[in-house]
Amino acid sequence: MDSAVTVTDLVVDRGHRRVLQGLNFAVGARSVTGLLGPSGSGKTTLMRAIVGVQQVRSGEVTVLGEPAGSPDLRYRVGYVTQSPSVYGDLSVRDNVRYFAALYGMSSREADAAISDVGLTDAADQVVNDLSGGQRGRASLACALVGSPEVLVLDEPTVGLDPVLRVELWGRFHALADAGTTLIVSSHVMDEAGRCDRLLLLRDGELLADSTPAQLRTDGRSDDLEEAFLNVVRAREGMAA
Amino acid sequence: MTAPTTNRTARTSAPTRTRTPHLSPRLTAATAARVLRQLRHDHRTIAMMLVLPSLLLGLLYLLWKDLPTFPGQPGIFDRVGLTMLGILPFVVMFLVTSIAMLRERTSGTLERLLTTPLARLDLLLGYGAAFGLAAAVQALVTVTIATTVYDLDVKGSIWLVVLIAVVDAVLGVALGLLASAFARTEFQAVQFMPVVVLPQVFLCGLLVPVDQMAGWLQAISNVLPLTYAVEALQEVGSSAAATGTMWLDVGVVAGAALLALALAAATLRRRTN
Repeated sequence: MDSAVTVTDLVVDRGHRRVLQGLNFAVGARSVTGLLGPSGSGKTTLMRAIVGVQQVRSGEVTVLGEPAGSPDLRYRVGYVTQSPSVYGDLSVRDNVRYFAALYGMSSREADAAISDVGLTDAADQVVNDLSGGQRGRASLACALVGSPEVLVLDEPTVGLDPVLRVELWGRFHALADAGTTLIVSSHVMDEAGRCDRLLLLRDGELLADSTPAQLRTDGRSDDLEEAFLNVVRAREGMAA
Repeated sequence: MTAPTTNRTARTSAPTRTRTPHLSPRLTAATAARVLRQLRHDHRTIAMMLVLPSLLLGLLYLLWKDLPTFPGQPGIFDRVGLTMLGILPFVVMFLVTSIAMLRERTSGTLERLLTTPLARLDLLLGYGAAFGLAAAVQALVTVTIATTVYDLDVKGSIWLVVLIAVVDAVLGVALGLLASAFARTEFQAVQFMPVVVLPQVFLCGLLVPVDQMAGWLQAISNVLPLTYAVEALQEVGSSAAATGTMWLDVGVVAGAALLALALAAATLRRRTN
Protein backbone atom coordinates (compact mmCIF):
# COMPACT_ATOMS: atom_id res chain seq x y z
CA MET A 1 0.00 0.00 0.00
CA ASP A 2 1.20 3.48 -0.90
CA SER A 3 1.03 5.13 2.51
CA ALA A 4 0.93 8.85 3.31
CA VAL A 5 1.12 8.52 7.09
CA THR A 6 2.94 5.84 9.07
CA VAL A 7 2.63 5.55 12.84
CA THR A 8 5.04 3.27 14.71
CA ASP A 9 4.79 2.39 18.42
CA LEU A 10 3.27 5.78 19.21
CA VAL A 11 2.90 6.45 22.94
CA VAL A 12 1.51 9.74 24.25
CA ASP A 13 1.05 10.74 27.90
CA ARG A 14 -1.01 13.69 29.00
CA GLY A 15 -0.39 14.50 32.62
CA HIS A 16 -0.15 11.15 34.40
CA ARG A 17 -2.52 9.47 31.99
CA ARG A 18 -1.41 7.37 29.03
CA VAL A 19 -3.61 8.57 26.16
CA LEU A 20 -2.15 6.53 23.29
CA GLN A 21 -0.68 3.16 24.16
CA GLY A 22 1.68 2.15 21.40
CA LEU A 23 -0.21 2.59 18.12
CA ASN A 24 0.91 1.04 14.85
CA PHE A 25 -0.81 1.71 11.54
CA ALA A 26 -0.42 3.20 8.07
CA VAL A 27 -2.82 5.49 6.22
CA GLY A 28 -3.18 4.92 2.48
CA ALA A 29 -2.51 7.84 0.16
CA ARG A 30 -5.31 9.43 -1.88
CA SER A 31 -8.10 7.95 0.25
CA VAL A 32 -10.45 8.84 3.07
CA THR A 33 -9.50 7.18 6.35
CA GLY A 34 -11.99 7.38 9.19
CA LEU A 35 -10.74 7.64 12.74
CA LEU A 36 -13.61 6.39 14.89
CA GLY A 37 -14.09 5.95 18.55
CA PRO A 38 -15.94 7.34 21.52
CA SER A 39 -15.16 10.71 23.00
CA GLY A 40 -11.96 10.41 25.09
CA SER A 41 -10.55 7.54 23.04
CA GLY A 42 -7.53 9.59 21.92
CA LYS A 43 -8.65 10.68 18.44
CA THR A 44 -7.71 14.35 18.82
CA THR A 45 -4.36 13.49 20.46
CA LEU A 46 -3.55 11.17 17.57
CA MET A 47 -4.45 13.85 15.00
CA ARG A 48 -2.32 16.41 16.84
CA ALA A 49 0.59 13.96 16.74
CA ILE A 50 0.12 13.58 12.98
CA VAL A 51 0.20 17.35 12.37
CA GLY A 52 3.17 17.64 14.75
CA VAL A 53 1.84 19.80 17.58
CA GLN A 54 1.57 17.03 20.19
CA GLN A 55 4.44 16.16 22.52
CA VAL A 56 4.95 12.43 22.20
CA ARG A 57 6.48 10.09 24.77
CA SER A 58 7.93 7.62 22.27
CA GLY A 59 7.41 6.20 18.83
CA GLU A 60 7.47 7.68 15.35
CA VAL A 61 5.02 9.46 13.11
CA THR A 62 6.05 9.84 9.48
CA VAL A 63 4.02 11.98 7.09
CA LEU A 64 4.81 12.00 3.35
CA GLY A 65 8.18 10.46 4.16
CA GLU A 66 9.19 13.09 6.70
CA PRO A 67 8.94 13.24 10.52
CA ALA A 68 5.60 14.78 11.57
CA GLY A 69 5.84 18.51 12.16
CA SER A 70 8.97 19.12 10.06
CA PRO A 71 9.05 22.58 8.44
CA ASP A 72 8.48 21.38 4.88
CA LEU A 73 5.31 19.56 5.95
CA ARG A 74 3.70 22.82 7.09
CA TYR A 75 2.97 23.52 3.42
CA ARG A 76 1.71 20.03 2.72
CA VAL A 77 -0.44 19.16 5.73
CA GLY A 78 -3.69 20.91 6.61
CA TYR A 79 -5.36 20.64 10.02
CA VAL A 80 -8.90 21.56 11.00
CA THR A 81 -9.51 21.46 14.75
CA GLN A 82 -12.77 20.27 16.26
CA SER A 83 -13.92 23.69 17.42
CA PRO A 84 -13.62 26.17 14.54
CA SER A 85 -10.27 27.95 14.88
CA VAL A 86 -10.87 31.11 12.88
CA TYR A 87 -10.89 34.76 13.87
CA GLY A 88 -14.42 35.55 15.03
CA ASP A 89 -14.02 39.28 14.54
CA LEU A 90 -13.00 38.98 10.88
CA SER A 91 -15.11 38.21 7.81
CA VAL A 92 -14.91 34.77 6.20
CA ARG A 93 -13.02 36.30 3.27
CA ASP A 94 -10.45 38.04 5.52
CA ASN A 95 -9.89 34.80 7.43
CA VAL A 96 -9.36 32.68 4.33
CA ARG A 97 -7.19 35.34 2.65
CA TYR A 98 -4.93 35.48 5.70
CA PHE A 99 -4.38 31.72 5.68
CA ALA A 100 -3.96 31.85 1.88
CA ALA A 101 -1.13 34.36 2.41
CA LEU A 102 0.52 32.07 4.97
CA TYR A 103 0.48 29.17 2.49
CA GLY A 104 1.77 31.41 -0.31
CA MET A 105 -1.55 31.40 -2.17
CA SER A 106 -3.36 34.31 -3.79
CA SER A 107 -6.76 35.82 -3.02
CA ARG A 108 -8.12 34.07 -6.12
CA GLU A 109 -7.45 30.73 -4.45
CA ALA A 110 -9.03 32.07 -1.26
CA ASP A 111 -12.25 32.83 -3.13
CA ALA A 112 -12.18 29.34 -4.67
CA ALA A 113 -11.83 27.75 -1.21
CA ILE A 114 -14.77 29.80 0.09
CA SER A 115 -16.85 28.65 -2.85
CA ASP A 116 -15.76 25.03 -2.27
CA VAL A 117 -17.31 25.04 1.20
CA GLY A 118 -20.42 26.87 -0.05
CA LEU A 119 -19.87 30.12 1.82
CA THR A 120 -19.66 32.51 -1.15
CA ASP A 121 -22.88 34.24 -0.13
CA ALA A 122 -21.62 34.69 3.44
CA ALA A 123 -18.04 35.63 2.48
CA ASP A 124 -18.30 39.19 3.74
CA GLN A 125 -20.00 38.34 7.00
CA VAL A 126 -18.08 38.44 10.26
CA VAL A 127 -17.53 34.87 11.50
CA ASN A 128 -19.11 35.61 14.90
CA ASP A 129 -22.39 36.33 13.09
CA LEU A 130 -22.45 32.91 11.40
CA SER A 131 -24.11 29.71 12.56
CA GLY A 132 -21.99 26.98 14.14
CA GLY A 133 -22.04 24.90 10.97
CA GLN A 134 -20.99 27.86 8.83
CA ARG A 135 -18.11 28.62 11.22
CA GLY A 136 -16.91 25.04 10.86
CA ARG A 137 -16.96 25.38 7.08
CA ALA A 138 -15.07 28.70 7.29
CA SER A 139 -12.45 26.85 9.34
CA LEU A 140 -12.34 24.11 6.70
CA ALA A 141 -11.86 26.68 3.92
CA CYS A 142 -8.79 28.05 5.78
CA ALA A 143 -7.19 24.60 5.47
CA LEU A 144 -8.39 23.86 1.89
CA VAL A 145 -6.86 27.10 0.64
CA GLY A 146 -3.38 25.69 1.26
CA SER A 147 -4.19 22.83 -1.15
CA PRO A 148 -2.64 20.35 1.31
CA GLU A 149 -1.59 16.84 0.28
CA VAL A 150 -2.70 15.51 3.66
CA LEU A 151 -5.80 16.94 5.28
CA VAL A 152 -6.52 16.13 8.93
CA LEU A 153 -10.09 16.91 9.99
CA ASP A 154 -11.26 16.59 13.58
CA GLU A 155 -15.01 15.90 13.68
CA PRO A 156 -15.81 18.18 10.74
CA THR A 157 -19.47 17.20 10.48
CA VAL A 158 -20.59 17.78 14.08
CA GLY A 159 -23.67 19.96 14.20
CA LEU A 160 -24.25 19.97 10.47
CA ASP A 161 -27.64 19.15 9.01
CA PRO A 162 -27.85 15.82 7.12
CA VAL A 163 -27.90 17.43 3.67
CA LEU A 164 -24.73 19.40 4.35
CA ARG A 165 -23.11 16.34 5.86
CA VAL A 166 -23.69 14.32 2.73
CA GLU A 167 -22.38 17.17 0.59
CA LEU A 168 -19.27 17.49 2.75
CA TRP A 169 -18.55 13.77 2.49
CA GLY A 170 -18.94 14.06 -1.29
CA ARG A 171 -16.42 16.88 -1.18
CA PHE A 172 -13.97 14.74 0.85
CA HIS A 173 -14.12 11.95 -1.72
CA ALA A 174 -13.69 14.43 -4.58
CA LEU A 175 -10.53 15.67 -2.84
CA ALA A 176 -9.28 12.11 -2.39
CA ASP A 177 -9.94 11.40 -6.09
CA ALA A 178 -7.89 14.49 -6.93
CA GLY A 179 -4.98 13.11 -4.88
CA THR A 180 -5.48 14.34 -1.32
CA THR A 181 -5.09 12.00 1.65
CA LEU A 182 -7.82 12.64 4.23
CA ILE A 183 -7.97 11.58 7.86
CA VAL A 184 -11.40 12.33 9.28
CA SER A 185 -12.42 11.67 12.86
CA SER A 186 -15.94 11.04 14.05
CA HIS A 187 -17.67 9.59 17.06
CA VAL A 188 -20.75 8.72 15.02
CA MET A 189 -20.59 5.21 13.63
CA ASP A 190 -23.00 5.90 10.77
CA GLU A 191 -20.25 8.02 9.19
CA ALA A 192 -17.89 5.06 9.23
CA GLY A 193 -19.59 3.61 6.16
CA ARG A 194 -18.52 6.64 4.13
CA CYS A 195 -14.80 6.01 4.65
CA ASP A 196 -12.48 3.95 2.47
CA ARG A 197 -10.67 2.65 5.52
CA LEU A 198 -11.45 2.62 9.22
CA LEU A 199 -9.31 2.95 12.31
CA LEU A 200 -11.26 2.12 15.46
CA LEU A 201 -9.79 3.65 18.58
CA ARG A 202 -10.83 2.86 22.15
CA ASP A 203 -8.99 3.90 25.33
CA GLY A 204 -5.91 4.78 23.30
CA GLU A 205 -5.70 1.38 21.64
CA LEU A 206 -6.35 0.45 18.04
CA LEU A 207 -9.26 -2.03 18.04
CA ALA A 208 -9.44 -2.43 14.30
CA ASP A 209 -7.63 -1.31 11.16
CA SER A 210 -10.17 -2.31 8.58
CA THR A 211 -12.62 -1.37 5.84
CA PRO A 212 -16.37 -0.91 6.38
CA ALA A 213 -17.05 -4.20 4.54
CA GLN A 214 -14.46 -6.10 6.57
CA LEU A 215 -15.80 -4.67 9.83
CA ARG A 216 -19.33 -5.83 8.92
CA THR A 217 -17.96 -9.35 8.35
CA ASP A 218 -15.81 -9.42 11.49
CA GLY A 219 -18.57 -7.96 13.65
CA ARG A 220 -21.21 -10.22 12.10
CA SER A 221 -23.62 -7.34 11.49
CA ASP A 222 -24.61 -5.02 8.64
CA ASP A 223 -25.02 -2.26 11.19
CA LEU A 224 -21.55 -0.77 11.76
CA GLU A 225 -22.39 0.35 15.29
CA GLU A 226 -23.38 -3.19 16.23
CA ALA A 227 -20.42 -4.66 14.36
CA PHE A 228 -18.14 -2.34 16.35
CA LEU A 229 -19.75 -3.48 19.61
CA ASN A 230 -19.32 -7.13 18.64
CA VAL A 231 -15.64 -6.56 17.89
CA VAL A 232 -15.21 -4.87 21.30
CA ARG A 233 -17.01 -7.73 23.08
CA ALA A 234 -15.01 -10.37 21.24
CA ARG A 235 -11.76 -8.71 22.32
CA GLU A 236 -12.89 -8.32 25.90
CA GLY A 237 -13.98 -11.97 25.88
CA MET A 238 -10.49 -12.91 24.74
CA ALA A 239 -8.88 -10.82 27.45
CA ALA A 240 -11.05 -12.29 30.20
CA MET B 1 -21.58 23.49 -1.69
CA THR B 2 -20.52 23.68 -5.31
CA ALA B 3 -18.60 21.40 -7.62
CA PRO B 4 -14.96 21.14 -6.63
CA THR B 5 -12.61 23.40 -8.50
CA THR B 6 -10.38 20.69 -9.83
CA ASN B 7 -7.58 22.90 -11.10
CA ARG B 8 -6.90 23.96 -7.50
CA THR B 9 -6.75 20.52 -6.01
CA ALA B 10 -5.10 18.59 -8.82
CA ARG B 11 -1.61 17.47 -7.83
CA THR B 12 -0.39 17.64 -11.41
CA SER B 13 -0.77 21.41 -11.84
CA ALA B 14 2.34 23.46 -11.16
CA PRO B 15 2.23 24.89 -7.64
CA THR B 16 1.53 28.63 -7.69
CA ARG B 17 2.59 29.14 -4.09
CA THR B 18 5.61 31.11 -2.99
CA ARG B 19 7.64 29.33 -0.34
CA THR B 20 9.11 31.45 2.41
CA PRO B 21 12.26 30.97 4.49
CA HIS B 22 12.28 30.95 8.30
CA LEU B 23 11.52 34.63 8.57
CA SER B 24 9.53 36.41 5.93
CA PRO B 25 8.64 40.12 5.72
CA ARG B 26 5.67 39.08 3.58
CA LEU B 27 4.19 36.86 6.29
CA THR B 28 4.99 39.43 8.98
CA ALA B 29 3.12 42.05 6.93
CA ALA B 30 0.18 39.69 6.30
CA THR B 31 -0.05 39.05 10.05
CA ALA B 32 0.19 42.76 10.92
CA ALA B 33 -2.56 43.51 8.38
CA ARG B 34 -4.73 40.78 9.91
CA VAL B 35 -4.27 42.14 13.44
CA LEU B 36 -5.11 45.68 12.27
CA ARG B 37 -8.19 44.37 10.46
CA GLN B 38 -9.36 42.76 13.70
CA LEU B 39 -8.75 46.06 15.50
CA ARG B 40 -10.77 47.93 12.85
CA HIS B 41 -13.84 45.86 13.68
CA ASP B 42 -13.58 46.93 17.33
CA HIS B 43 -14.63 50.60 17.22
CA ARG B 44 -14.76 51.06 20.97
CA THR B 45 -11.18 49.89 21.45
CA ILE B 46 -10.00 52.26 18.72
CA ALA B 47 -11.85 55.18 20.32
CA MET B 48 -10.41 54.38 23.73
CA MET B 49 -6.92 53.94 22.35
CA LEU B 50 -7.02 57.35 20.67
CA VAL B 51 -8.84 59.41 23.30
CA LEU B 52 -8.05 57.88 26.68
CA PRO B 53 -4.39 58.98 27.03
CA SER B 54 -5.37 62.58 26.17
CA LEU B 55 -8.15 62.55 28.77
CA LEU B 56 -5.87 61.12 31.47
CA LEU B 57 -3.24 63.72 30.63
CA GLY B 58 -5.95 66.39 30.90
CA LEU B 59 -6.76 65.18 34.41
CA LEU B 60 -3.09 65.59 35.42
CA TYR B 61 -3.02 69.03 33.78
CA LEU B 62 -6.02 70.19 35.84
CA LEU B 63 -4.51 68.64 38.98
CA TRP B 64 -1.38 70.81 38.89
CA LYS B 65 -2.66 73.80 36.85
CA ASP B 66 -3.14 76.19 39.78
CA LEU B 67 -0.23 75.04 41.96
CA PRO B 68 2.74 77.41 42.18
CA THR B 69 6.01 76.33 40.54
CA PHE B 70 9.55 77.05 41.78
CA PRO B 71 11.22 79.74 39.69
CA GLY B 72 13.79 78.39 37.25
CA GLN B 73 12.40 74.85 37.45
CA PRO B 74 10.01 73.16 35.02
CA GLY B 75 6.40 72.87 36.22
CA ILE B 76 5.33 69.55 37.68
CA PHE B 77 2.97 68.91 34.77
CA ASP B 78 5.73 69.57 32.24
CA ARG B 79 7.81 66.83 33.89
CA VAL B 80 5.07 64.31 34.74
CA GLY B 81 3.00 64.90 31.60
CA LEU B 82 5.99 64.34 29.36
CA THR B 83 6.91 61.14 31.22
CA MET B 84 3.32 59.94 30.91
CA LEU B 85 3.59 60.24 27.11
CA GLY B 86 5.99 57.33 27.38
CA ILE B 87 4.33 55.37 30.17
CA LEU B 88 0.73 55.37 28.89
CA PRO B 89 1.39 53.72 25.49
CA PHE B 90 3.63 51.18 27.26
CA VAL B 91 0.89 50.21 29.73
CA VAL B 92 -1.95 50.22 27.17
CA MET B 93 -0.07 48.15 24.60
CA PHE B 94 1.11 45.66 27.23
CA LEU B 95 -2.49 44.99 28.24
CA VAL B 96 -3.95 44.94 24.73
CA THR B 97 -1.27 42.55 23.49
CA SER B 98 -1.41 40.08 26.34
CA ILE B 99 -5.19 39.82 25.95
CA ALA B 100 -4.94 39.53 22.14
CA MET B 101 -2.35 36.76 22.38
CA LEU B 102 -4.34 34.92 25.02
CA ARG B 103 -7.38 35.06 22.73
CA GLU B 104 -5.23 33.63 19.95
CA ARG B 105 -4.29 30.81 22.32
CA THR B 106 -7.75 29.98 23.67
CA SER B 107 -9.52 30.21 20.29
CA GLY B 108 -7.24 27.53 18.84
CA THR B 109 -5.97 29.86 16.12
CA LEU B 110 -2.48 29.88 17.68
CA GLU B 111 -2.22 26.10 17.46
CA ARG B 112 -3.46 26.30 13.89
CA LEU B 113 -0.93 29.00 12.97
CA LEU B 114 1.84 26.80 14.36
CA THR B 115 0.91 24.10 11.82
CA THR B 116 1.30 26.60 8.94
CA PRO B 117 4.54 27.90 7.36
CA LEU B 118 4.32 31.04 9.54
CA ALA B 119 7.53 31.39 11.61
CA ARG B 120 7.00 32.11 15.30
CA LEU B 121 8.99 35.33 15.05
CA ASP B 122 6.87 36.38 12.02
CA LEU B 123 3.79 36.12 14.20
CA LEU B 124 5.30 38.15 17.03
CA LEU B 125 6.83 40.78 14.73
CA GLY B 126 3.44 41.05 13.02
CA TYR B 127 1.83 41.87 16.34
CA GLY B 128 4.65 44.32 17.13
CA ALA B 129 4.24 46.10 13.78
CA ALA B 130 0.43 46.30 14.01
CA PHE B 131 0.26 47.63 17.56
CA GLY B 132 3.32 49.83 16.94
CA LEU B 133 1.40 51.47 14.10
CA ALA B 134 -1.65 51.91 16.33
CA ALA B 135 0.65 53.41 18.97
CA ALA B 136 2.04 55.89 16.43
CA VAL B 137 -1.46 57.24 15.73
CA GLN B 138 -2.18 57.28 19.47
CA ALA B 139 1.05 59.18 20.20
CA LEU B 140 0.38 61.75 17.44
CA VAL B 141 -3.05 62.53 18.89
CA THR B 142 -1.81 62.65 22.50
CA VAL B 143 1.28 64.77 21.79
CA THR B 144 -0.73 67.21 19.68
CA ILE B 145 -3.39 67.64 22.38
CA ALA B 146 -0.76 67.87 25.14
CA THR B 147 1.29 70.59 23.47
CA THR B 148 -1.66 72.68 22.26
CA VAL B 149 -4.50 72.28 24.75
CA TYR B 150 -2.48 71.57 27.90
CA ASP B 151 0.51 73.83 27.02
CA LEU B 152 2.99 71.03 27.69
CA ASP B 153 6.44 72.58 27.30
CA VAL B 154 8.75 70.49 25.12
CA LYS B 155 12.06 72.09 24.07
CA GLY B 156 12.91 69.44 21.48
CA SER B 157 10.98 68.19 18.44
CA ILE B 158 7.59 66.66 19.13
CA TRP B 159 8.39 64.09 16.43
CA LEU B 160 11.06 62.74 18.74
CA VAL B 161 8.42 62.45 21.47
CA VAL B 162 6.24 60.48 19.05
CA LEU B 163 9.19 58.26 18.13
CA ILE B 164 9.97 57.50 21.78
CA ALA B 165 6.28 56.82 22.49
CA VAL B 166 6.17 54.31 19.59
CA VAL B 167 9.36 52.52 20.69
CA ASP B 168 7.87 52.41 24.19
CA ALA B 169 4.62 50.96 22.85
CA VAL B 170 6.56 48.29 20.96
CA LEU B 171 8.35 47.47 24.22
CA GLY B 172 4.91 47.08 25.84
CA VAL B 173 3.82 44.79 22.98
CA ALA B 174 6.97 42.67 23.26
CA LEU B 175 6.69 42.26 27.03
CA GLY B 176 2.96 41.56 26.67
CA LEU B 177 3.70 38.78 24.16
CA LEU B 178 6.36 37.35 26.47
CA ALA B 179 4.10 37.53 29.55
CA SER B 180 1.19 35.88 27.72
CA ALA B 181 3.35 32.79 27.24
CA PHE B 182 3.16 32.29 31.00
CA ALA B 183 -0.56 33.01 31.35
CA ARG B 184 -3.05 30.18 30.98
CA THR B 185 -6.17 32.18 31.87
CA GLU B 186 -7.46 35.73 31.44
CA PHE B 187 -7.16 36.28 35.19
CA GLN B 188 -3.47 35.45 35.10
CA ALA B 189 -2.85 37.60 32.01
CA VAL B 190 -4.40 40.67 33.64
CA GLN B 191 -2.35 40.19 36.80
CA PHE B 192 0.90 40.23 34.86
CA MET B 193 0.21 43.94 34.36
CA PRO B 194 1.04 44.92 37.98
CA VAL B 195 3.89 42.39 38.05
CA VAL B 196 5.67 43.58 34.90
CA VAL B 197 4.48 47.17 34.51
CA LEU B 198 4.14 48.77 37.96
CA PRO B 199 7.70 48.16 39.27
CA GLN B 200 9.01 49.78 36.08
CA VAL B 201 6.71 52.78 36.58
CA PHE B 202 7.75 53.13 40.25
CA LEU B 203 11.47 52.95 39.49
CA CYS B 204 11.66 54.77 36.13
CA GLY B 205 12.46 58.15 37.65
CA LEU B 206 8.96 59.58 37.60
CA LEU B 207 8.30 59.41 41.36
CA VAL B 208 11.88 59.89 42.55
CA PRO B 209 14.81 60.88 40.29
CA VAL B 210 16.99 57.82 39.70
CA ASP B 211 20.15 59.44 41.17
CA GLN B 212 18.33 60.06 44.48
CA MET B 213 17.31 56.40 44.96
CA ALA B 214 19.09 53.96 47.27
CA GLY B 215 22.00 52.28 45.50
CA TRP B 216 20.37 48.88 45.10
CA LEU B 217 17.18 50.46 43.78
CA GLN B 218 19.26 52.40 41.25
CA ALA B 219 20.81 49.10 40.17
CA ILE B 220 17.33 47.65 39.56
CA SER B 221 16.17 50.82 37.86
CA ASN B 222 19.15 50.66 35.53
CA VAL B 223 18.19 47.24 34.17
CA LEU B 224 14.53 48.15 33.60
CA PRO B 225 13.95 49.40 30.04
CA LEU B 226 11.26 51.95 30.95
CA THR B 227 13.92 53.97 32.85
CA TYR B 228 15.69 54.64 29.55
CA ALA B 229 12.46 55.66 27.83
CA VAL B 230 11.78 58.20 30.58
CA GLU B 231 15.34 59.54 30.41
CA ALA B 232 15.00 59.91 26.63
CA LEU B 233 11.78 61.90 27.06
CA GLN B 234 13.40 64.14 29.67
CA GLU B 235 16.25 64.81 27.24
CA VAL B 236 13.78 65.87 24.52
CA GLY B 237 11.93 67.98 27.09
CA SER B 238 15.02 69.93 28.17
CA SER B 239 17.14 70.42 25.04
CA ALA B 240 16.20 71.73 21.62
CA ALA B 241 18.50 69.44 19.65
CA ALA B 242 18.48 65.63 19.85
CA THR B 243 21.19 64.53 22.26
CA GLY B 244 23.48 61.51 22.09
CA THR B 245 22.09 60.31 25.44
CA MET B 246 18.61 60.36 23.96
CA TRP B 247 19.58 58.23 20.95
CA LEU B 248 21.42 55.82 23.22
CA ASP B 249 18.30 55.54 25.42
CA VAL B 250 16.08 54.92 22.39
CA GLY B 251 18.52 52.23 21.26
CA VAL B 252 18.41 50.53 24.66
CA VAL B 253 14.58 50.48 24.68
CA ALA B 254 14.43 49.15 21.10
CA GLY B 255 17.05 46.51 21.97
CA ALA B 256 15.07 45.44 25.03
CA ALA B 257 11.93 45.15 22.87
CA LEU B 258 13.75 42.96 20.32
CA LEU B 259 15.19 40.81 23.10
CA ALA B 260 11.72 40.33 24.63
CA LEU B 261 10.34 39.38 21.18
CA ALA B 262 13.11 36.82 20.69
CA LEU B 263 12.47 35.39 24.16
CA ALA B 264 8.73 35.27 23.43
CA ALA B 265 9.45 33.37 20.21
CA ALA B 266 11.68 30.95 22.11
CA THR B 267 9.01 30.29 24.76
CA LEU B 268 6.32 29.69 22.13
CA ARG B 269 6.32 25.94 21.70
CA ARG B 270 5.00 24.30 18.57
CA ARG B 271 4.50 21.03 20.40
CA THR B 272 2.39 21.13 23.54
CA ASN B 273 0.77 18.55 25.71
